[in-house]
Amino acid sequence: MLLPCPWCGPRNASEFRYVGEQTVRPDPATADPAEWRSYLYMESNPAGWVAENWLHRAGCRRYFAAERHTVTNQVRATRPPDAEAAPAQHADAAAAGRAGEHVREGRP
Amino acid sequence: MTAVSARTGMTLRLEPQPGEVIDRNRPLEFTWNGQRFPAYHGDTIVSALAACGERIFSRSFKYHRPRGLLSASFLDPGCTVQVGDEPNVRGAHRRVEPGMVVSAQNVWPSLRYDVKSVNQVVGRFLTAGFYYKTFIKPQRLWPAYERVLRRFSSGGVVAKDSAHGYYDKRYAHPDVVVAGGGPAGMAAAVAAAEAGAAVLLVEEEYELGGHLRWGDAGQLEALRELRAAVAAAPGVEVMTNSVVNGRYDGNWLGIVQRNLPHVVERLVKARAKTLVVAPGLIERPYVFEGNDLPGVMLSTGVRRLVNLHAVKPGQRAVVLSANPEGDAAIDDLARAGVEVAKVVDGRRGPTIQRATGSRGVQAVECADGTVVDCDLLVTAVGWTAPTALLNMAGDRPVYSERAARFLPSLLPDDVLVAGGIAGDGPLEQLTEHARAVGREAAGRAAETARSLCAGIPQIAERRAGPPDPEPAVALPELPVEDHPALFFSGTRGFVDFSEDVTAKDLIAAAEEGYDSIELVKRYTTVTMGPSQGKLETVNAVAVLAAATGRTIAETGTTVWRPPYAPITLGALAGRIFEPVRHSPMQPWHEAAGATPLVAGAWIRPDSYGDPAGEVRAVRSGVGIIDVTPLGKFDLRGPDVPELLNQLYVNKWSRLDVGSVRYGVMCAEDGVVLDDGVTGRLAEDRYILTATSSGAATVQEWIESWLQTERPDWRIHVTPVTTAYASINVAGPRSRELLGRLVEDVDLANEAFPYMRVRVGRIAGVDGCFMWRIGFTGELSYELHVPASHGLRVWEALLERGADLGVRPFGVEAQRILRLEKGHFIVGQDTDGLTQAYGAGLGWAVKLDKPDFAGRTELVWQSRRDDYFRLVGLQPVDGSVVPPEASQIVLGRGIAGRITSSRMSPTLGRSICLGFVAPSLTGPGTQVTVRLPDGGEVAATVMPQHAHFDPEGTRQRG
Repeated sequence: MLLPCPWCGPRNASEFRYVGEQTVRPDPATADPAEWRSYLYMESNPAGWVAENWLHRAGCRRYFAAERHTVTNQVRATRPPDAEAAPAQHADAAAAGRAGEHVREGRP
Repeated sequence: MTAVSARTGMTLRLEPQPGEVIDRNRPLEFTWNGQRFPAYHGDTIVSALAACGERIFSRSFKYHRPRGLLSASFLDPGCTVQVGDEPNVRGAHRRVEPGMVVSAQNVWPSLRYDVKSVNQVVGRFLTAGFYYKTFIKPQRLWPAYERVLRRFSSGGVVAKDSAHGYYDKRYAHPDVVVAGGGPAGMAAAVAAAEAGAAVLLVEEEYELGGHLRWGDAGQLEALRELRAAVAAAPGVEVMTNSVVNGRYDGNWLGIVQRNLPHVVERLVKARAKTLVVAPGLIERPYVFEGNDLPGVMLSTGVRRLVNLHAVKPGQRAVVLSANPEGDAAIDDLARAGVEVAKVVDGRRGPTIQRATGSRGVQAVECADGTVVDCDLLVTAVGWTAPTALLNMAGDRPVYSERAARFLPSLLPDDVLVAGGIAGDGPLEQLTEHARAVGREAAGRAAETARSLCAGIPQIAERRAGPPDPEPAVALPELPVEDHPALFFSGTRGFVDFSEDVTAKDLIAAAEEGYDSIELVKRYTTVTMGPSQGKLETVNAVAVLAAATGRTIAETGTTVWRPPYAPITLGALAGRIFEPVRHSPMQPWHEAAGATPLVAGAWIRPDSYGDPAGEVRAVRSGVGIIDVTPLGKFDLRGPDVPELLNQLYVNKWSRLDVGSVRYGVMCAEDGVVLDDGVTGRLAEDRYILTATSSGAATVQEWIESWLQTERPDWRIHVTPVTTAYASINVAGPRSRELLGRLVEDVDLANEAFPYMRVRVGRIAGVDGCFMWRIGFTGELSYELHVPASHGLRVWEALLERGADLGVRPFGVEAQRILRLEKGHFIVGQDTDGLTQAYGAGLGWAVKLDKPDFAGRTELVWQSRRDDYFRLVGLQPVDGSVVPPEASQIVLGRGIAGRITSSRMSPTLGRSICLGFVAPSLTGPGTQVTVRLPDGGEVAATVMPQHAHFDPEGTRQRG
């Protein structure tokens, strides 16, 4: 698989670490166990477009957000994690499940 | 085996042939099963043997039937041999070399008289699913079955003392890869190169040319022109004797290259922007009784033998021909002096019924009832399109009734097809089509290059890719011609020669209910042998279709997966790119004879020969240990306390300049992630340390917070693990030793107390920092010295401390020391489920902080008491050291485990850390430890983790 790092350009997937689907860290003050554990462990894993995070571990060591099709491994957008996602790019992802409202990095 | 006498000469060698690849000026000798044989350079192992009249080259997998030449190519299933210490060599492909030692595989006692051919007699018991049915019950006997079966399995011998060959690895980034170097592949490669693409042309044979090489004068002339065009084309790299073994996402191709001097094999990982698949067509065997006898050959096999190697394939032949290539083989046979006794035209109805003979064909019985004596039966019934690489690109080929083969259907944009796999036509039409495909491949590669770099300003211009080709035109369509649907004439023939699967086996499987081709494949192992279905698949599908009353199109085909051809473990292992890290003091450790410990990428001293003695030196005097692998991060910026508060369960806001603090990190699930000390060296400069094995994880963890969650924090993080050599000086006399080397720091206990950090000059080296901490439990100083001076300071410590009895100690001594002191190690004494309270770290967790990583889970854990806890344990019999991971049992259940255990030289007894169930945590509780040998010992739960100096007076002294 070829992943286009937003800083380094297209690189082989072996240079990256898959972080996980984009999730929003719940407010620790108010989160109940179900909510928190859903954040920790649950992935939507759609057969389709998914918004996720990657780390260019063997490259620039930067985290970034990507939209990947889980069937074809096509990547249609990547961007720095704090960049605003263009709403249009999320149309399919939203339809496919839940991913992609907000950019957030998961756990190691 | 020793060579005995040279055999008779090459009696079946023909007069020079126009397309021959042998060099008659370079004769050579090699041995086959201990006998010397002559050959010419350019011969394959098997062509040389065939020229001398040999006909049997192997015994088959299950029934040990004699097998000879079939296709005389890379795929020939009956020609697998052992070459020296290399097993499973494709004898009809590998070129013979002077002195080569070749022997038959899977035979006992010899190829001619193989005892195991008794399997033929009991063959009716070796039917479909034989292994599954016969050796399953009783299950406890499987190891015994396995030992016997292994002796009967095919395959060569792996010599344990073989020298390691040099296997290489390469990464390539061509615009276009053309898989297949026949006329279409060559034409496509040239056209792509002329359109500006960097092209890699891969051919599995030793030479480019495909079927043109065994063709007539006109085809040989066309071959010369195409080869000249390839040689003249700019930017075509040619790899012969090489195979594209797999195609993965984004045209990531694994290519095994064998045409290199001094390199056994090289695995090329190529990222191609466009892949052109042009493997040609593979001739399909015909299924009839006796179709595996030596002397039954495919027409292409005969043509290769005659035209490439100038070998007479037999004396008297029957030919079953259903296509022009078969007719051409008849001409070749006549020219080679073979008497063609009968020609059966497969286009006109009934064909042949069976071939008979014991160790080779002796007679052929035709469908019209005639019986013809012969020693050669040539079949030319049709073709298989090897769509393996297309399968790997997601294509599911569809069957064409007209072409009697599977054709590509839906290809991704970055994969194109050329040549016979795409359709039929005269050479001119195929090469014209291939040229169009080549141009299109170059154009798509350029487009891909542009889109890959789009939006990345710094590289968009730099990597523009190949220039614009001519405007895209629609690819011409190739027609398919009528091919007779000839697959089998009876049910007794072999479908899969490598796996010894007959048509009967497939029918039996269908009768047992295995009606899907994918199930039949797995149940009977048809198409699962070394040729991976390239000869067998379509016949298997045809037999199953007939057995189930469906058409071939309805039955479908199996999915071809990587590898395209069997691959050696050497090629996969390749050259190993594994970095090794060691400290600047490594030369000293090696000279001192230290036992190395491999810890992740690090090599470090495990001991200097006497761990117990090293422990005693630290407890009674002073010792030094190289702790350079300790993860170190230089943090600067006003928001560092925010980061520390977020990452650690402890509180960090009131860490004064000159202080260090021990901290525990948890992941968001509350599980202990890492621990270490962090010191504040200056107002806005901190050094954070992580465990040696956790350093990489911690760095990514820190960066994930800074890059994604809190990009607003003003913090710079620099990993400085290898910028500093780290030395722990430990023991009651460590202050005295250090006093002799440290120049500008007051080491007095009041001036530099426990858990403080100082910056200063050590042994004349500026820019060092040192902190007073105590993993060993002794008075100790951890020195961090600019790495280039590490060895100098290490040697100075040993030299200046000689009269104090200073000794170096290794990781093993340190592990004993810390266990005596009850310090846990993350990952050793905790696992992926150990939350902070379970590890006994409740004292460090500050739940009054509004947020930190893992807080939510720890809040919930703090309200429960149902979790296992880490406790100190001492076996009642202090001479027993329960191995780490021994279970703690309660009744019939598991109630914990030993996580660390050692014999303590200081206490003279065994000591442990372990996890125990909530009911067993009370001090004084006796638990039962089950040892790996089944024995049990009692152990007592201690009031605290520390077995030695629980008050901690020594480290504060």
